[in-house]
Amino acid sequence: MDYFAQQAINAVQLGSIYALIALGYSMVYGVLVMINFAHGDVFMVSSFFCFLLLLVLPVPFGAALIIVMLATAILGVAIERLAYRPLRNAPRVSAIITALGCGLVIQNTTLSLSPYSQRMPELFVPVLQHFGGVTVSSLQVLIIGVSVGLMIALDFFIRKTRYGMAMRAIAQDRISVPLMGVPVNQIIAMTFAIGAALGGAAGVLYASAYPVISATMGVLVGWKAFVAAVIGGIGNVRGAVLGAYVLGAVEVFTVTILPSTYRDLVVYSLLLVILVFKPYGLLGRPSVQKV
Amino acid sequence: MTNTLRLLSLLLAVLLPTGCGSQKSDAVKIGMNIELTGEIPAVGASSKNAAEMFFEKINAAGGVPLAEGKKKKVELVIRDNGAKADQAASVAQQLISSQDVVAMVGPNSSACAIPAGEIAEALKCVMISPWSTNPKTTTDTTTGQPKKYVFRGCFTDPFQAIVLAKFVLNDLGAKKAAVLYDVSSEAPLGQATLFKDTFTANGGEIVAFETFTTGDKDFSAQLTNIRAANPDVIFLPTYYNDVPLIAQQARRLGITAKFVGSDAWSSPEIIKLGGADVEGSYFCNHFSTQIATDEAKQFVTDYTAKYGQAPDDVAALTYDACGLITEALKEGGKNDREALREALAKIREYKGVTGTFRFEPGSGDPLKSAVVLQIKDGAFQWVTNAQP
Repeated sequence: MDYFAQQAINAVQLGSIYALIALGYSMVYGVLVMINFAHGDVFMVSSFFCFLLLLVLPVPFGAALIIVMLATAILGVAIERLAYRPLRNAPRVSAIITALGCGLVIQNTTLSLSPYSQRMPELFVPVLQHFGGVTVSSLQVLIIGVSVGLMIALDFFIRKTRYGMAMRAIAQDRISVPLMGVPVNQIIAMTFAIGAALGGAAGVLYASAYPVISATMGVLVGWKAFVAAVIGGIGNVRGAVLGAYVLGAVEVFTVTILPSTYRDLVVYSLLLVILVFKPYGLLGRPSVQKV
Repeated sequence: MTNTLRLLSLLLAVLLPTGCGSQKSDAVKIGMNIELTGEIPAVGASSKNAAEMFFEKINAAGGVPLAEGKKKKVELVIRDNGAKADQAASVAQQLISSQDVVAMVGPNSSACAIPAGEIAEALKCVMISPWSTNPKTTTDTTTGQPKKYVFRGCFTDPFQAIVLAKFVLNDLGAKKAAVLYDVSSEAPLGQATLFKDTFTANGGEIVAFETFTTGDKDFSAQLTNIRAANPDVIFLPTYYNDVPLIAQQARRLGITAKFVGSDAWSSPEIIKLGGADVEGSYFCNHFSTQIATDEAKQFVTDYTAKYGQAPDDVAALTYDACGLITEALKEGGKNDREALREALAKIREYKGVTGTFRFEPGSGDPLKSAVVLQIKDGAFQWVTNAQP
């Protein structure tokens, strides 16, 4: 029993980090119908921002989180402005290739500046608590708490504010919404800022939990978060969160029940099964093809 | 249009002479196929440093002495394989076919050395892997016979498995071991399986045998399984960049078992990245600066003076691989692949900085002793020696 409880905590921690990154994919897809493949590398770079920040100025956790989220948001907006906006009316494939290219540029820039893995300075000294046979570190509580808090705030923002409404409107109809006086460029930039900032938060949390950071770490985590977004129904914000927790749970519990070698086999077979029965993901709705 | 033509002819004018020049070059060309980027860049950097240092010394003395007292300078052709199997194979192809090297040093990781070895064997060019311990590197997989052109500068995994299994059972007095390794990487996979077999055969018990894949950073699920099995030691035959995260997550789950590792740990990066979490761990290695011979001490001093850090085992092994090639060039007397191979296959004993190499006839695997080191007070401390 203790053993399963411990694995459940592992699963929630993993799922929370996937969720923060998956949100970035899902929001951008919702608004622009574009897969921002640079997002995994934006996440990676944010953990390097955090590393550099702590090297220069050993600020406490909260301050580091906010500064890195802001810096990553600026990066997200800059990428949108420089690379994606000029291609907004180009074929979808061009935008996706550009995104892949941006990701590679970010990754290789980081690689050339830091070819070696870096040890993250301790941002937060975790306290271990033992509940029977279950060990919980205060860091896990923090990761789960910050992620869930940010996700609730985002959900509120999208559903209850004017800006959120504008985002949802653009997602529904990008042609006529500008005619109603909605500043489309600003709203899209804002979407990228929020998505990147959440990726930045994930970067800080990830680097605290797994304090060896490298320029290539965004690739695998980025893919998994993308898979999570697809499982949940890409474009749907609540779906991305659900997909991420499902993915985290399946990864961890596969290892619990089967030999760990089967993990990725089970995870991606599940993805195929879900997509066969729910081609739009768990919470996704079929979109009408506009001509 | 005319502008384009002018530009093209200009380019040709610039490129052609250099193209001819490099073919006529009189130097002995030795290729390096190493891991400068990717997952284990510290390995490639050490290899490059050591080889450059070795041949700078040779060239400063006039070059490699060939037949009739003629000396020829050595030119290193260094290529990055990105620590990827496919890239290592294409780099091997390129070095041998178009760069026309007389021999190739590297790759170091087994995942890269195995495919590159296949190419070297097919193209009949000597390859020495300084650091690849997997048996498949020097074995022809179809016939099970040793490859003719592939050699290595280190001991092999079956030997390492015996050293580690006996060390854990006898010196640490531990009977229950857990294993966690990267199933998608050749050396860790081989080392884990061999350790499991040897440890069980010698009376130990493997209580958990867990895997992950390259690039994973979260090991909590596997470690929770390991914690439930309550081992005395955890064997981590995995590269230096993964060990720190595994160690840290294990400690955070409250696991207190000692970690034991293979030679994949040997980069000092492991101490920098792992800190207190890897303190007290043991691993098997190729050489220790603490029990060095006079030659080895000289090497350590020179290397430290040149690069500002002590050489790790990849550096020392690369230095010896270069030494072996130079020795064979000297014996063979010709800047020729076949002559080099013949001479290399005849070497029975070579004294290098990592100890004495003994080659059995027809085998590219040297018999060498191993050391066990402990990470103590932020440094590698020598613990014991193991003879083949």
